[in-house]
Amino acid sequence: MIKNFLIGLVLASFVFMFYNLYITYEPKTELSGIAAHYAEKGGAEVGAANLVTAVVVAYRGFDTLGEVTILFLTASIIGFFLKLSKKDEERVIVHHGTSELLITASQILIPIIFLFGVYVFMNGHLTPGGGFQGGAIIASGVVLSIMANPNREINHHAILWIESISGISFIIIGVLGIAIAGGFLDMRIFGLGKFGDLFSAGAIPVIYSFIGLKVGAEISNILNKYQKSQKES
Amino acid sequence: MENLDLGKVSLIISFALVIIGFWGLLSQKNIIKIIVSFTILETGVNILIVSLGYIKGRTAPIIDASVEQGANHNVLNSIVDPVPQALVLTAIVIGFGVTALLLAYAMKLFRAKRTLEINKFNDLKW
Repeated sequence: MIKNFLIGLVLASFVFMFYNLYITYEPKTELSGIAAHYAEKGGAEVGAANLVTAVVVAYRGFDTLGEVTILFLTASIIGFFLKLSKKDEERVIVHHGTSELLITASQILIPIIFLFGVYVFMNGHLTPGGGFQGGAIIASGVVLSIMANPNREINHHAILWIESISGISFIIIGVLGIAIAGGFLDMRIFGLGKFGDLFSAGAIPVIYSFIGLKVGAEISNILNKYQKSQKES
Repeated sequence: MENLDLGKVSLIISFALVIIGFWGLLSQKNIIKIIVSFTILETGVNILIVSLGYIKGRTAPIIDASVEQGANHNVLNSIVDPVPQALVLTAIVIGFGVTALLLAYAMKLFRAKRTLEINKFNDLKW
């Protein structure tokens, strides 16, 4: 009883706080400060049509590097945490077959899902999308393939190599920025190209492709760990 | 209906999601339900941040035909704020990482006691 009262008290104080925020809310009428600079100069300075991508990859590229690092850290902690003993590792669990519908549908859908993921991260600078979204779409294809065939083993080495190579390439392109362009993670190393083309906006499509591959590999790695931990006795 | 402000609507939705999320975090007993409440709370916060960058009558921050046909052919007057959207992109990825870790902990806890009832994990309680 007293617990419900305390929960009610906390929620009521939140409602009070939000009510005060709501009645003092004044909608924005124009872009201010840094946002105005991004909107005005973003197209010319970075060459990306999608200004969110321009902010994420070019102006705040360092943030994105940290973000990718956090995902990597998550995958590593889960790998450490769900580590199996030698005996469990060798155990074989045979799952029963799943539905015929799911298997047939997955054979048709998985290539299309992968293709769509690649499209989303390649066109991150032109359309709503980008590396993280594309990587998540690719990982959803991996989920579908595991659901259709629960006995499938994900190729651990391939994932590891894709992840490492894309991570290192990200850093190398960042360091190239110091040598060729204005500084670390400067995207203007290839020249900006024609505004609105697929190969434009300097290194943004390249970087976003590496991020997409890395995110897809990392999420697949986490899924692999979850799937394997079923063997734990 | 004409003077319904989309910014205020999304503010109300985000406040509602945050409150539902907190209610779930505080009152649910099952660990999986607590994790789901956590993601609802996180979605509410993300919607709140995006809605703060909303400007009435403007389009998404992507420079294409719809922006060029906008007010006075000027990017500055026809797009919403791109910065909160970029920040939320980061927040979503971090949220994914936190949720994945929470689920791994939930799996370990289930292996330890064969239950997901949070009341059964009272080893640190005195």
